[in-house]
Amino acid sequence: MNRLRLWLLAVGGAGLAALLVAACLDLPAFGGRWHPYGDRAVQASLDRHIANTIASVNFDQRAYDTLGEISILFAAVLGCVVLLREARDEHRAPPEPAEVARPVRRYALLVLPVALVTGLYVIAHGQLSPGGGFQGGVVAATALHLLYLGADYGALERVRPLGVYEASDSLAVCAYLVLGLAGVLAGTAFLANTLLPYGTFNTLSSGGTVPLLNAAVGMEVASAVVVLLAHFLDQAVEIEEEHGS
Amino acid sequence: MSDAVITVSLLLVAGCATAAVVQRDPARQALVLSVLGAVLAVLFTVLQAPDAGLSQLAVGSALTPLLIMLCVRKVRRRGRTKDGAR
Repeated sequence: MNRLRLWLLAVGGAGLAALLVAACLDLPAFGGRWHPYGDRAVQASLDRHIANTIASVNFDQRAYDTLGEISILFAAVLGCVVLLREARDEHRAPPEPAEVARPVRRYALLVLPVALVTGLYVIAHGQLSPGGGFQGGVVAATALHLLYLGADYGALERVRPLGVYEASDSLAVCAYLVLGLAGVLAGTAFLANTLLPYGTFNTLSSGGTVPLLNAAVGMEVASAVVVLLAHFLDQAVEIEEEHGS
Repeated sequence: MSDAVITVSLLLVAGCATAAVVQRDPARQALVLSVLGAVLAVLFTVLQAPDAGLSQLAVGSALTPLLIMLCVRKVRRRGRTKDGAR
């Protein structure tokens, strides 16, 4: 039985490898001037007044793909929350206020607002410049945790009501779905970018539904990362196993 | 010119990745991993993929090392309390 399984794995792996090699041999050469896919993607992006072609691919041409990605992130964070919750043989011990070296404190508190604003800027300008909801969301969420470095865990917990972030995580996923369904109700297709006017090229409101989908993804990723890190921090700092049980 | 930059960043990535594997202490590995994340972000930007570079910078050099450090801390603390209970 075990041998059969190994054989099946070997056959599948060999088939996948052969297909990948065949696909790679047909790719345009590295650094060449012929970009069949790129040219079409850029054309489609310019047609809809989106300055950042990557954002156009993510939130317009392949918006359905992005829906899959945010669902994966949502499910992964949900799984972590379930796995890392406080179990029956564990209890919470609030950590002692920590002594923070002065340069660390000064640097962390100085960088925190800058990093937070950078994250929000990257989210807001997703359809104009490199970046977008995912990148900006991670930056904004990790920026918040500089408070843990600069002050201590208690301070972080005070500015981070976890319930709010859990709710906004789900709300953002719902918002993405609702924006997709709005396309169906308007008579075109799920997640089709035909709902809103395309606006002036290279402004914050250009690109139809792209800025809205981008904002939804930014909100989802930022809240998901905060919730994920909160549960990891809880396990690392607060939750302890019961002794002698 | 751009070929030279690509070669240098590729070599840096290879060096950092090797350092991350050679290093055996998980906490230090996380630090090397965050340097690797930053170098990979440079490589992606040089290869004209600033979008992927930003993702790599945010996830690879901040989020992943942070999660690894927290796991290391949890595992070490658990070992300490176990020893204390004995």
